[in-house]
Amino acid sequence: MDRNHLKRQVDLMKRSLFDQGYLDEQFIQLEELQDDDNPNFVEEIVTLFFNDSARLLQNIEQALVSVPIDFARLDNYMHQFKGSSSSIGAKRVKNECTRFKEYCTAGNAEGCFRTFVQVKQEHAILRTKLETYFQAYISFMCVFVLVIFALTYICLLFCLYLFSWQDKLDHLGLQEVKLDDYMDEGGSLIIDLYYKYDKAHMIE
Amino acid sequence: MFGKGASSSKSMEIIGSEKKFSVLIVDDDPIIRKIHGALVSKFTTEIQEVKNGKEAVDLCRSGASFDIIFIDKKMPIMNGLEATKELRAMGVNSTIVGVTSCDLSSERNDFIAAGQNQCYEKPLTIEKIKSLLSELNKNN
Repeated sequence: MDRNHLKRQVDLMKRSLFDQGYLDEQFIQLEELQDDDNPNFVEEIVTLFFNDSARLLQNIEQALVSVPIDFARLDNYMHQFKGSSSSIGAKRVKNECTRFKEYCTAGNAEGCFRTFVQVKQEHAILRTKLETYFQAYISFMCVFVLVIFALTYICLLFCLYLFSWQDKLDHLGLQEVKLDDYMDEGGSLIIDLYYKYDKAHMIE
Repeated sequence: MFGKGASSSKSMEIIGSEKKFSVLIVDDDPIIRKIHGALVSKFTTEIQEVKNGKEAVDLCRSGASFDIIFIDKKMPIMNGLEATKELRAMGVNSTIVGVTSCDLSSERNDFIAAGQNQCYEKPLTIEKIKSLLSELNKNN
């Protein structure tokens, strides 16, 4: 699978996550924080979110089945979960959290139960989609890094081959032909060297 | 595909020269601490993080001082408003910036009454921090 195809695939996946409302602007803010000092920042934040949210969802579940339901505590737990969801740009999850909090404020247990099912569903869907997205991104980055290494290696070999010509030219007494003289002139270097070497070879 | 982060040197222009300033991030949410830490690190390297208002108060009481304190409102043990009142009572004159995931318009009066200088909706962004630092620069 070539690099461009992988890149297109990754870009399409990301665009679809935004178009379908799974992610919002906050995810882009996280991407802007990713740099050479923090190359995996987005993935780290998302991983932290899914690890921490498991705990929060468990707290909410336990609070929902307690008798009587402590709506203030429930609201507090959901407030934390909503805040975390917002921080990674989990738009659909955040919207379901808002609906849950409305039912909580109204003391509507049935509404809370129903909405909590939606919260968990959206959370699970987002987790699957982001896992797939990061896997594709990592594949693209691996191919990208390999291509960079390959190109660097080829350039290095080419430079070594090029500079080995200098030795051959010196050996034939063509000391006046210096590679450095041609460096600034670029393009015709290879052709010039070839003809000079070939001519010297014929004279010999 | 993934955007490039703002360079530290460009961000440091906002506060003029290479003057360092110290920041304390107070939030019970580890994700918010990490995000805000990464944001603020674009502007300074002197950053500390604590999990609640009590830890912030204890830190300041132990002698630590900060130019800016970003403090969440809802936290266990001691919330942002209580911590702010405590810090002001101790004589801490850092710029205290409240951050909240609640509706800011209804929270603003509470923040100001507690002694905070500014408040923002969570999460912070680079633009909000730039705007805050520009304001601080003007005042100083």
